[in-house]
Amino acid sequence: MDILSHFNYWVVVVLMMLGFFIVIARGNLIKKLIGLNIFQTSVFIFYISTGKVIGGSAPVLSSDIQLYSNPLPHVLILTAIVVGIATTSVGLALVLRIYRAYGSIEQDEILEQSRQ
Amino acid sequence: MISHLAVLPVLLPLVGAPACVVLRRPGAAWAFACGVAFLAFVAASHLLVQTRELGVISYALGGWAAPWGIEYRIDLLNALVLVLVSAMGMTVLLASRASVRGEVDPSRHSLFYVAYLLCLAGLLGIVATGDAFNLFVFLEISSLATYALVACGRDRRALIAAFNYLIMGTIGATFILIGIGFLYMTTGTLNMLDLAVRLPQLGESQTVFAAYAFIVVGVCLKLALFPLHLWLPGTYTQAPSIVTAFLAATATKVALYVLVRFSFSVFHLETSRLALSLEAIFITLGVVAAFAGSLVAIYATDLKRGLAWSSIAQVGYMAISVGIGTAAGLQAGLIHLFNHALMKGALFLAVAAYVLRVGGTTFRELRGIGQRMPLTTAAFVVGGLSLIGIPGTAGFISKWYLVMAAMESERWLLAFLVVASSLLTAVYIWRFIEVAYLEKPESGKASPQKPAGMLLTCTLLLALANLYFGFDTRLPVSTSAGAAANLLGARTP
Amino acid sequence: MSGAGLLVASLCIPVTVIPGITLLHNRPNPREALSLLASALLILINLGIYRSLQQGQTLAWQSGEVLPGLRLELAAEPLGVLFSLIASTLWLVTTVYAVGYMRAHNEGNQTRFYAFFALSIACVMGIAFAGNLLTLFLFYEVLSLSTWPLVVHAQTERARQGGRIYLGLLLGTSIVFFLPAIILTWWTSSTLSFTDGGVFDPDTSPLLLAVLLVLFVFGVGKAAMMPFHRWLPAAMVAPTPVSALLHAVAVVKAGVFSLLKIGIYIFGLDQLGATGSREALLYLATFSLLAASVVAMRQDNLKARLAYSTISQLAYVSLGVLLAVPDSITGGSMHIAMHAFGKITLFFCAGAILVATHKTEVSQLQGLGRQMPFTMGAFLLASLSIAGLPPTGGTWSKWYLMLGTLETGAWLLTIALLVSSILNLIYLTLIPVRAFWPSAAGPRRMNEAPIACCIAIALSAGGCIALFLFPQVLYQLISPITSGGGMP
Repeated sequence: MDILSHFNYWVVVVLMMLGFFIVIARGNLIKKLIGLNIFQTSVFIFYISTGKVIGGSAPVLSSDIQLYSNPLPHVLILTAIVVGIATTSVGLALVLRIYRAYGSIEQDEILEQSRQ
Repeated sequence: MISHLAVLPVLLPLVGAPACVVLRRPGAAWAFACGVAFLAFVAASHLLVQTRELGVISYALGGWAAPWGIEYRIDLLNALVLVLVSAMGMTVLLASRASVRGEVDPSRHSLFYVAYLLCLAGLLGIVATGDAFNLFVFLEISSLATYALVACGRDRRALIAAFNYLIMGTIGATFILIGIGFLYMTTGTLNMLDLAVRLPQLGESQTVFAAYAFIVVGVCLKLALFPLHLWLPGTYTQAPSIVTAFLAATATKVALYVLVRFSFSVFHLETSRLALSLEAIFITLGVVAAFAGSLVAIYATDLKRGLAWSSIAQVGYMAISVGIGTAAGLQAGLIHLFNHALMKGALFLAVAAYVLRVGGTTFRELRGIGQRMPLTTAAFVVGGLSLIGIPGTAGFISKWYLVMAAMESERWLLAFLVVASSLLTAVYIWRFIEVAYLEKPESGKASPQKPAGMLLTCTLLLALANLYFGFDTRLPVSTSAGAAANLLGARTP
Repeated sequence: MSGAGLLVASLCIPVTVIPGITLLHNRPNPREALSLLASALLILINLGIYRSLQQGQTLAWQSGEVLPGLRLELAAEPLGVLFSLIASTLWLVTTVYAVGYMRAHNEGNQTRFYAFFALSIACVMGIAFAGNLLTLFLFYEVLSLSTWPLVVHAQTERARQGGRIYLGLLLGTSIVFFLPAIILTWWTSSTLSFTDGGVFDPDTSPLLLAVLLVLFVFGVGKAAMMPFHRWLPAAMVAPTPVSALLHAVAVVKAGVFSLLKIGIYIFGLDQLGATGSREALLYLATFSLLAASVVAMRQDNLKARLAYSTISQLAYVSLGVLLAVPDSITGGSMHIAMHAFGKITLFFCAGAILVATHKTEVSQLQGLGRQMPFTMGAFLLASLSIAGLPPTGGTWSKWYLMLGTLETGAWLLTIALLVSSILNLIYLTLIPVRAFWPSAAGPRRMNEAPIACCIAIALSAGGCIALFLFPQVLYQLISPITSGGGMP
């Protein structure tokens, strides 16, 4: 089955949409950040799964293994994960300061205060 | 040292930023950052001179040859943008001391300069690198630094603006990441030159189009092209004035560079099947942006916000030039990229001086500012005239090339719309000029802060640059002509 | 001084006094003396250019390349020399007048006034000596901008409103029509230099030329061709010296002067005559000419009436260009000079009346002749010049324009010119006639304007008569352009 053989893509798409939905629909800033994380993670999974070669082994050099998985996407994603963590921490720091400044992390309450 | 020239503009601020953390005294951090930015500028200028003489400079990072290692590939296009970004970064940084003192919490001054250097490093890295994934990493470095810088704004609304920008920016960056992933999946390479060779061999692949679409959407978010511009007005308005000047002069320019690089160097937009519809999309969005941005700017009651919307309009012109897609069109876009950095740099630095003096940027507060700050306001007027495109200023050259490009491709209506929308620019600039010169100042509201010499000098310098590049256009015109020819000529047979 | 040096000096002299004027803002006497000195010097330099030109020297200057293949160029040719001489002479006269007027009227911000006045004159010199369209456009736009502070001088809401209309229309037309026309010319012919006989290939598409002509005629908004004429009445909120020099002479003449140059040196008379849209524009100019006269009759405000009269007179010059025959070009060029002296006198008189009696409306001027006999006499003389009657200069330009219409067989236009002259007589000459009417009531005591104003009026009115007596000077100066050898 074509659909099943690409199940990793389906997982990616579902996760991505979930994350996107949370970012847009949730008013809580922390939840927005969580949504953003899920969104990013889906892309990470996408990269990692494309690097997998069916039947391939972990890319550790060994004389009795012929087929390796592609290590490059994994390395790339290691970088991307670091970037993601940095983003999340900056985001969380911002939320903390927003909480101190407004006393709330709910978007509608903050907007209301901003208008005043 | 010379053999490592290609990497120096990026490396210097990248290494300089952590070194800057050590300096606890704000004055020292500022001086150090200025020195680093200056060296980066010198390196970038050297690169430009060399690329004009020798052509492309390729540098294999860590000695790993392309396409496996990360390649820094400097041609005329990067070199021009590198010089522009480092020059603007340096000038704004030189001007920043007084403004930062006035607008940013004292405990954060040193770290402010660290973030500034990081942001500069990221922007220069985006431009210098020839590796798609490396580009993404630098994009995130500059973005993260930008979020921190924006959050330094005086008003608590700056935090909201920074947070919103973080969400939008991360979504944009992730889109670019997806696009790059698709490219890697289909071609097995991340080197842009290698991509450019391999992509045409794939023919009309759906995946490649998807990749392009993701990258374009991501980049346009960063570029703030209508309708993906929503983050920009808030960010520009709430960020510290220096940050606004820096972002307006560099960040959108770098985003445009990425758009052009991917569209023409990597994807060969001009030969692909999608070219026609994409052209239409870019031109339509550009025109709408130019009109909508200017119209909103006309009704703004705050100068900074008005100029932010003006940036959205100006990005529209750049999108139009990409949409035209001919050598003349690209040249027009690159010239406008260069000139617009000068204009907005001058305008936002003048705004920074206003904030320092009267404490705000609403038209109410700025009444009669022309009499109280004659030199700064004169610089603002020059920048404004340049934005309108009055002959004798850099903006005129941009407009000339853009209209010329539209005419050459026989898009008469577009040529008309471009000139007509520049009239709207005149309206919002003149609205401020009336306020500045014809209204009486409100008495007794001037803050005692003494005028900031460095800020004034840099503002005047940029205003003079606007005039200079209105008469002597050799640098932007010849470089962009070469760059545009390279972009279109680089296609594989 | 070398030829190029003279041209550059002509531009620079008004600019170099600006810092001096600004520095002397607390000392009116030296400040005004500086302005007078600069204007006298400018006349001398322009006379020098005139002499060099008569001796057959080539006067030209080029900058470095602004755009690939495109430079800023200055070149002295007969039309430009004529225009620069008129403008610089009248600058001197106006400065004399302004000293009297501004002080008597207690105007504020006089330093700003004199500074921007000098800047405007520098731009006018730039327009007069422009050697290509790019240079012309540069100074054209800067002139619009540098006259704006003069228009809004009073800083009242009404002045601002006027300033908006002024700048909106002038910038608007120049950006939307003029600039594309220039770029289109550059794109078609790869040159913007003013060239004898025009720059276009004979096989250029007629449609393109027709469109270009329309763009140019509408784009040069300073020529105040209807329907883009509203800025001129709006500019009348400015102090009278500004209305007199800039909005009767410098700015509006810069407009028709640009049209003349474009007609002669970009299109060339032959090509212009063959351009499709010419006839339609010709009738538009005629309409402008008549309609503005009719509107002028209905204006009670003296300055507004004069403004509409200017619109009508400018259409004469546009008409001269669009007829595209040597006589009409001669007539149009001469009309620049004739109308300049006539109209500036009228504005001086209007200002003198305002200063002396605080009257602005035509209906208030009954019987004013006894109070201000000198001013009203000058008014009468100048209005005759506008109508084209002896013993004033206006006679000659109208004569040549009339010949031009007869030459092309456009007898409808001949009639239009005649009708318009009659209208001129009615709406201008009747004013002094009524003022001098014996039975009219009014104060009998003499009460003239300040002496400086009177001197200026005498000078400009004398100019009207001098131009009648010695038209051959003008004629000889401009005759090379119609014989196809104007550019150096």
